[in-house]
Amino acid sequence: MENVSAFGPSERPTRQTPAGPKRRGPNLHRFANPGRFLRLSGAILPWLTVIGIAVTAFGLTWGLFFSPPDWQQGDTVRIMYVHVPAAWLASAGYFSLAVCAVLSLVWRHPLADLAAQEIGPVGAVFTAICLATGSLWGKPMWGAWWVWDARLTSVLVLFFLYLGQIALIRAFDDPQRGYRAAAILALIGSVNLPIIKFSVDWWNTLHQPASITLTGAPTIAPAILWPLLYSAIGYTLVFAAIVLARLRAAVMERRVRTLLLARADHAASGAGAVAA
Amino acid sequence: MTRKRRRLVLLLACGIGVGSATAIALTAFSDNLVFFKAPSDLTRDPPPPGRVFRLGGLVQAGSLERTTEGRTPIATFRVTDGRATVRVTYAGILPDLFREGQGTVALGTLQPDGTFRASEVLAKHDETYMPRDVADALKKSGHWHPNAGPPPPASKWPTESAIEAARTKAGG
Repeated sequence: MENVSAFGPSERPTRQTPAGPKRRGPNLHRFANPGRFLRLSGAILPWLTVIGIAVTAFGLTWGLFFSPPDWQQGDTVRIMYVHVPAAWLASAGYFSLAVCAVLSLVWRHPLADLAAQEIGPVGAVFTAICLATGSLWGKPMWGAWWVWDARLTSVLVLFFLYLGQIALIRAFDDPQRGYRAAAILALIGSVNLPIIKFSVDWWNTLHQPASITLTGAPTIAPAILWPLLYSAIGYTLVFAAIVLARLRAAVMERRVRTLLLARADHAASGAGAVAA
Repeated sequence: MTRKRRRLVLLLACGIGVGSATAIALTAFSDNLVFFKAPSDLTRDPPPPGRVFRLGGLVQAGSLERTTEGRTPIATFRVTDGRATVRVTYAGILPDLFREGQGTVALGTLQPDGTFRASEVLAKHDETYMPRDVADALKKSGHWHPNAGPPPPASKWPTESAIEAARTKAGG
């Protein structure tokens, strides 16, 4: 977060000290301009969607039909290609909610609020996929659909945090209050992310520890690892595409509402002028 | 200090507060957050008699005996964590992944004679995934026997080309 100060002009440019260091780097408030955002995202979205679906289809087809079965889990290991990327995206989605919350609370970035509103349901769906496929995997391998170990419980808490965020951000008549409350919830909830990640190392759990770490070689043979990575990249692109499409719809909806309000105002003031 | 800077500092302070509060709480409840106790935990901190808890560890090689009582399969085996072992008896069907050298978690009570009577047995697998030919090559090379515990680190695994070369050599 070193280039935090490079995020651009404050909302009150007059308060800026002219003697301050010249700000360089990307200016995130550029994307606050809805017209520019719609133009840019409109150009990216078709590519993102097509490539995302293609990579996901490639990874899942490879994993589900052509990769070798595991020596002890047999074909059941194929659930991994659906389960693990969903689990990664569940956490990554919540992390992006937390980033949006900081952008909203500190920099008052208008798109961050809308993004948080649109990321929530998508992240919740990916978390639900992770929980459902994990349960389907647990029964044949562990012998239980569900256990209350630290990993499973913390991911269930993540799901409820998503549900809370989805409800809270839509709970107020004044959207600004909802944005702020949901941003605070997202930030407090983000303490759950390291708990999810390290639960399998800190406490003994039924869930096995991570196979892919920063420090060591992955403990997955390449023939199983490659389709998993393609599937994960595809999931990520699809997640981004869904969020971007929802975000575009939200920006356009807000635009339409503003236009309608302006027209109503205009009509009201016109009528008032006639009445006077 | 601009308003933005002030909000950022406030947020960071709150983050440190919430983070350390969570860390302290988790450390305090650490004993209750574990899913199972290891055999060496039982000697260090024996549970009260009759208390139902989960016991976890590796199924010791050569310790698994299967019998039947009427129509119910009975399994007895030893669970070890390398420092201590506990003898477990279980009446019921074991999960498919259950075998010697595999992790297991059993729910039950400690009997007065020091054995553990399980009412539920789960299989816990490790974080390695490999095709059958890699596992076979590892076993053949003598680096690993599945009954002895988890496989060696991935850096010791044979590559696919090495497996292919060994297969063509054996074939020709």
